[in-house]
Amino acid sequence: MINFQHNHFELFGLPQRFHLDLAQMEQAYRQIQSQVHPDRYVQAGDAERRASMQSATQVNEAYRTLKDPLTRARYLLALQQVDVESENNTAMPAEFLMQQMQWREAVEEAADQPEALAELELRLAGEMKDHYAELERSLDSDGDYALAAESVRKLMFLERLREEIGDALERSDA
Amino acid sequence: MALLQISEPGMSREPHQHRLAVGIDLGTTNSLVATVRSGIAVVLNDAEGHALLPSVVRYFPNGTTAVGYPAQAELVCDPRNTVVSVKRFMGRGLKDVAHAENCPYDFLDSPGMVQLRTCAGVKSPVEISAEILRTLRARAETALSGELVGAVITVPAYFDDAQRQATKDAARLAGLNVLRLLNEPTAAAIAYGLDNASEGVYAVFDLGGGTFDISILRLSKGVFEVLATNGDASLGGDDFDHRVFCWIVEQARPAPLSDEDTRLLLTEAREAKEHLSSHNEARITARLGTGELIDNTLPLKTYAEVTRTLVQKTIAPVKKALRDAGLTVDDVNGVVMVGGATRMPQIQQAVAEFFKQAPLNNLDPDKVVALGAAIQADVLAGNRPAGDDWLLLDVIPLSLGLETMGGLVERVIPRNSTIPIAKAQEFTTFKDGQTAMAIHVVQGERELVSDCRSLARFELRGIPPMVAGAARIRVTFQVDADGLLSVSAREATTGVEAAVAVKPSYGLSDGEITQMLQDSVSHSGDDAQARALNEQRVEARRMEEAVTAALAADADLLTPAELADIRAALAALVEVASGSDRGAITTALERVNKITEPFAARRMDRSIDQAFKGKKLEDMKI
Repeated sequence: MINFQHNHFELFGLPQRFHLDLAQMEQAYRQIQSQVHPDRYVQAGDAERRASMQSATQVNEAYRTLKDPLTRARYLLALQQVDVESENNTAMPAEFLMQQMQWREAVEEAADQPEALAELELRLAGEMKDHYAELERSLDSDGDYALAAESVRKLMFLERLREEIGDALERSDA
Repeated sequence: MALLQISEPGMSREPHQHRLAVGIDLGTTNSLVATVRSGIAVVLNDAEGHALLPSVVRYFPNGTTAVGYPAQAELVCDPRNTVVSVKRFMGRGLKDVAHAENCPYDFLDSPGMVQLRTCAGVKSPVEISAEILRTLRARAETALSGELVGAVITVPAYFDDAQRQATKDAARLAGLNVLRLLNEPTAAAIAYGLDNASEGVYAVFDLGGGTFDISILRLSKGVFEVLATNGDASLGGDDFDHRVFCWIVEQARPAPLSDEDTRLLLTEAREAKEHLSSHNEARITARLGTGELIDNTLPLKTYAEVTRTLVQKTIAPVKKALRDAGLTVDDVNGVVMVGGATRMPQIQQAVAEFFKQAPLNNLDPDKVVALGAAIQADVLAGNRPAGDDWLLLDVIPLSLGLETMGGLVERVIPRNSTIPIAKAQEFTTFKDGQTAMAIHVVQGERELVSDCRSLARFELRGIPPMVAGAARIRVTFQVDADGLLSVSAREATTGVEAAVAVKPSYGLSDGEITQMLQDSVSHSGDDAQARALNEQRVEARRMEEAVTAALAADADLLTPAELADIRAALAALVEVASGSDRGAITTALERVNKITEPFAARRMDRSIDQAFKGKKLEDMKI
């Protein structure tokens, strides 16, 4: 079974940084799951079965956390004892908030037009890519965790926006 | 796939070591049982050579049953006591059952799950399904001449917790050891993946008699990973029959139909549907109980028109599943068709159009799920050598959440999370001195509690009175590899704990659930582990003292070898008791207990007072 003292990076034998070799992680994930998954312990006793489920649960949690760049960044910051303060710290740069309002207006206007929504989604993806590049720099090269936390907060806004576009696309389909 | 499996010398299993395990497809319309024999998955036939067992159960007044073809044959004569498509009622209340008004059953709405009143008494869908499973179990044990170690039972991927729990209960009732509940599309993918050695992204489109599933899987060396699943737990071939039935009634406008005539016309409708899979029109003739003659011809074109909305209903879940998987149609390497209803030409066409490729039909859509389940059962039973098996990573189909203020749902585990998964959520009291808290677990994607399926309600009692907001109640959801949920709750500052397996309310009344919870609430210290360890140490010391005293008094009752054994066991106990491995202390205690049993008996014999005979050493007053 796995070592529950290990953090998610240690679990998969990965360097503790934002830049991630996804293929390497997937390989490690599958290899560990092949060892601990409950399907391997169907015939075992209660205690072993429970340990297997707890291990597999932890491995899934680690994989899910690291796979998504935003949760990965938040996890890295948490390991550095940096709280993103997503609930309390809503003071964002005025310029960014302005852009957010424009985005939202654009999504509302495109509500019933799948093509327009798809185009917005594409543009948003481009903008998010820039923010992620900045996030990687501040986490992996500069060690500027305050700036990284700000990038995370911005990206949380943008992720929510992306979900809203997705929902609108789904509705316009129906 | 290798034609020959060459084993290491001495590694091959003797035939008698092969553990008998089966895969069961418990279908809405038909059920099947399959197993792996000599490395090949085969469907097991009944004595007459039938592979399919119609999922039909007829009850007789004396309590006996007929299952399968004999029951189906009498369907029209005894519709009230002959249950078809019972899968649609599993884990469902009366209000959830589509077209209940057209079912010739005497429904009884009971909490959690509908029940049926038959001439043999009130039957729950779990009991009725167990009859089908019992028949398949008997078929398998006859065919394999032995007792089964277990079975993999398939369920629609889109089944919620109540439906899964009901299926597992039915299997247990039928005397089957459930190795795993396996999602039907995943089972189909296993059957296809192994036969075709496929790699890449596959969509499994599974339209059965009563349920529709779509799963997006990624297959790569040794791993089947479900990326997303979606569907409609009440859409299937039955609905197409129903549309044809409505069309017949509309055309002929007969007098109000008796139960028998309803059943007769539904059967005619099903036959017409099946005929239209390979013909351009179907003639429908029937003589009703009133003497009225029904004679109509249904052209394929009309059939496609009256069922168009049903076909369209399958596409929205497909789009959602692709979206959740983060993929587009172009990423899909192949589309696997599963379920008898996918034989309909308009379904084949709609799927081909949507995915821009011809779907795969090379395995029998009626058998592919059972075959996949059999292959997985073989793996889980440990019949395959290590290295020749694979890993299956499946997901939870519907989000789990909790009711919060104002009847809103707070999502705790999002749909399509890989299982097993656990999530903890913290809550606090909102009134000063509040000592109990109600927790309502729901499943579904909607924002309002009333739009989701209610899985369980329970109360956490015994919260120490504190000011509002001071208590910290941590509720943990654990979903296991069968996709079944259990919930536990713990107050962090005091360690008050409660755990409940989320049993659907059909088996348990609210009172029983409350009782169960109260029984499980224990006032443990902050660190239950440390406390348990301490208790074991005290026990070890007590045992050591008791045995040492007994040896001092009566060591002459033992042979030198026995004496040495007891001393060695005692020394081992003393040693582990100074460590912190609670399990090791327990084991050492058991060892001492066991090894001193004859000693205790002899001491008792020696004792004048025979009243102690049969008790263990540690129970004696020394």
